[in-house]
Amino acid sequence: MSDLDPDPPSSSRRSTTGGYDAIVVGGGHNGLVHAGYLAKAGLRTLVLEQRHLVGGAAITEELVPGFSFTTFSYALSLLRPEIIHELDLVRHGFLPLMMPSSFHPTGDGDYLLLGDDHAQNVAEIRRHSRHDADAYARYHHDLDRVVQAVQPLFDNPPPDVFGHDPDDQADVRWLLGHLGGVDRRVMHDVVRLLTGSAADWLEDYFEHEAVKGFHASSSIIGSQVGPMSPGSGLVLLFHKMGQHDGHLGSWAFHKGGNGGFTQVLARAAEAHGAEIRLGARVSTVLTDGGRAVGVALEDGTELRAPVVVSALDARRTFLDLVDPRELPGDLVDSVRRTKYRGVSAKVNFALDGLPLFPALPPRADGGGVDHFGGFLNIGPTIEYVERAFDAAKYGWYSERPFIDAAIQSVVDPDMAPPGKHVMSCFVQYAPYHLRGSDWETEREPLGDTTQAVLESHFPGFSNLVLHREVVTPVDIERTTGLTEGNIFAGELLAPQMYFFRPAPGWSQYRTPIHGYYQCGSGTHPGGCVIGSPGKLASQRVLKDLRHS
Amino acid sequence: MIRTTPFHPRLSELNTQGLYTHWQGYLSALRYTHAPKHEYFAVRNAVGVFDTSPLFKYRISGPDAERFLAGVLTRDVRTCRPGRAQYTLWCDDRGYVMEDGVLVRHSATDFTLTAARPTLGWFSDLTGRLRVGIQDVSDEFAMLAMQGPRSGMVLAGLAPETASLAYFEHVPAKIGSHGVTVSRTGFTGDLGYEVSIDADHALDVLDEILDAGRPHGLRPFGEEALMMLRIEAGLPLVDVEWHNSRLAFTDAQRVTPTELGMGWMLRGLHTDDRPFLGRDALRRELTAGTTRWASVGIVVDWEDWDRLHRDAGVLPAKDEHPLPYESLLYDAPAGGTSIGYVTSFLYSPVLQRHVGLARVRPDHAAPGSTVNLELALHHQNTTVTARTARLPLFDPARRTARP
Repeated sequence: MSDLDPDPPSSSRRSTTGGYDAIVVGGGHNGLVHAGYLAKAGLRTLVLEQRHLVGGAAITEELVPGFSFTTFSYALSLLRPEIIHELDLVRHGFLPLMMPSSFHPTGDGDYLLLGDDHAQNVAEIRRHSRHDADAYARYHHDLDRVVQAVQPLFDNPPPDVFGHDPDDQADVRWLLGHLGGVDRRVMHDVVRLLTGSAADWLEDYFEHEAVKGFHASSSIIGSQVGPMSPGSGLVLLFHKMGQHDGHLGSWAFHKGGNGGFTQVLARAAEAHGAEIRLGARVSTVLTDGGRAVGVALEDGTELRAPVVVSALDARRTFLDLVDPRELPGDLVDSVRRTKYRGVSAKVNFALDGLPLFPALPPRADGGGVDHFGGFLNIGPTIEYVERAFDAAKYGWYSERPFIDAAIQSVVDPDMAPPGKHVMSCFVQYAPYHLRGSDWETEREPLGDTTQAVLESHFPGFSNLVLHREVVTPVDIERTTGLTEGNIFAGELLAPQMYFFRPAPGWSQYRTPIHGYYQCGSGTHPGGCVIGSPGKLASQRVLKDLRHS
Repeated sequence: MIRTTPFHPRLSELNTQGLYTHWQGYLSALRYTHAPKHEYFAVRNAVGVFDTSPLFKYRISGPDAERFLAGVLTRDVRTCRPGRAQYTLWCDDRGYVMEDGVLVRHSATDFTLTAARPTLGWFSDLTGRLRVGIQDVSDEFAMLAMQGPRSGMVLAGLAPETASLAYFEHVPAKIGSHGVTVSRTGFTGDLGYEVSIDADHALDVLDEILDAGRPHGLRPFGEEALMMLRIEAGLPLVDVEWHNSRLAFTDAQRVTPTELGMGWMLRGLHTDDRPFLGRDALRRELTAGTTRWASVGIVVDWEDWDRLHRDAGVLPAKDEHPLPYESLLYDAPAGGTSIGYVTSFLYSPVLQRHVGLARVRPDHAAPGSTVNLELALHHQNTTVTARTARLPLFDPARRTARP
């Protein structure tokens, strides 16, 4: 492939016969990123993955011959761009494909179709609301400025405001200095987003219900909030932190799905010298006198290393892998208090052809289906989504759920046989804890509910379905280990972010056990396929090793 | 009066934008959709088609055709067997590049040359007493480039005889009921083919190709996507990377083949007995070491790019649309000496870097050499760190893979 850098890193520089310098528990994307950085720094690094493939919740599986399903995570945006370069991912096949459109049926047969041309997008919004046409540019400008202000916090470990050593105090001064430089209006917007609801924020810009509904869709992803709940602003902002090729808030579809992406990460980590062992489920982190000394696998094998890093969520990191009695009581309490409450499900389809949206019929020449190039956003208005949320409050799944769908084979034809398609549907709300039933019973009814909603927007949809996979929150937990199926490894709630992620005083990737670290999405800055926890944790590990 | 190509009636139906440019007197689509980058990804990940009909096509035949072409073209046509094609240049007698084209050899005595600019007069004036005829057949053929990893698969489904084509081979084939010529060539740096079709049958063949390609994600792509593709592929474009020396005013506007990065065409220059236009001057250039420039790729230091933009208070721009102007390269960040210039520059989605095609002083050409690229930020000129790199910048194995 390309060879832009004159000095490619040599692979497998070191033999592993002398044992390992670091063991990473969990081969999800953050575990792989973390291992890549450690190996690049020269550490003999071993990744232990319980399943037969790496990726955690970012996997692609050929469920039906020729049809590749993104079982869980299904698109890419939050990944920090510096990781692409620092781990040399392009050399190993990194390929984020553009999703050229966003399609939002407005519920009345009409639609909002946005693309890559700003002026055409403005015209499309103006078709619905003249008022909102110019609000669209202001809205994105103001959000971009908020992202600019918050980004340094996102890309650096949270200062330890509870710490007393000079490093911590310097970090706190850096933070205060940065915040002091933020424009007043922008700072107010930051606070409004971090504490308020997406609905309130959107009210300030838009009048049209569908335009608001479209922009509100990212405010509820993976979270037990409705767009009218305080806290949804934070989720909206979090998603805007992502980008595709410099466009904030834009999403890409990685070649081969997010499983294709984690395979790239695995190749990169291995090229840097890391070793990955599949089918190796860790049961315990071994400690000796308050120090981590290795891990024990479920099959009884013991592997030694002075550094052990958990890429699992905080519940597993602190309560499963080690004995809670070895930890301070307030940490154990905090971890137990952390809200997971998965509310998301996936319904993935193999389709015999493209669906039909009556207002945009295909032409005889096959054209006129440009609305299937990206996300299909089924959540016409804020009220629709808020009502979908109501059910979750009382322990049930939405009768008419919000669906974030994508026909990924339109963007990457390798995902399905020629002329056929795969469609990933992220479905919300589907709470982990059902009242009066269980997910074994409700799995297919949820699939039916989802399919019925799709049928209402795309008549004849069901006739296209060749295969359907329903992934409930319980399935997510069972397969990936994410507690209660929460896709972010801990909800994106203000008291669970930054200084407090995953627990007050433990936001800098260390644990109370020497040599035992955490690098999963449960740590700062949080979930999504983002890589930052893995990267920032590696900086902590390497810094500690230099000082020891 | 602007003309349309034989494919226009159909391709214009697929064009949702109505944005065209003028290419040698023909309407040529800039883009077909709101997202030229999406069209670009058709080529990098599926298959795209580009209407390349406005190229000039010359049929060169006769007992002395080979002798004639060996004497006017820079690359040795005698090494091109029937069934193969060659990318080539032609120079003036001072060894400066005039233009480039692709020469297809049908038989011992029969060739087709495609060129970006009209060149019949120039070639005709050079035939002398040789038994060679040169015929402008530009209007008789439509040409469709099919490019991308699935191009071979789609084409082989229509015309199985194309399945065995190696890089720069061509074969007569049949698509539907019409005879065509298919060559494994293109201007995208990817696996790709060009289909040459009798203009009268162009629409029929196009329809066959569009139908066959649709299940494979085939999309037409316009000039904007083409520019992205060819820059990543390190393919120079006349009037961007260089200017026809015959039309230049000064030598500073001229380049030699070596300076254009085509020194490989001169293999055997010192030993072979082939007299051709510019040979003596090119020999002198290489012997005396008077080559002024090396053509290289440049890759911008992403950290420096991001830092400069962030410090300036703006989001780091990653624009896949090429800069429409030339930028200078310096040997030091501030107050340095100019050591070269960038002719094409963009953010490459597949490489995830800002990259460019550049010409630098030979002593700065080694891959990985640090250069400083001028960059205007907030109405002030600054520089961003970059490194030189080998061309092509993007070079997938499938481009030249054996069938």
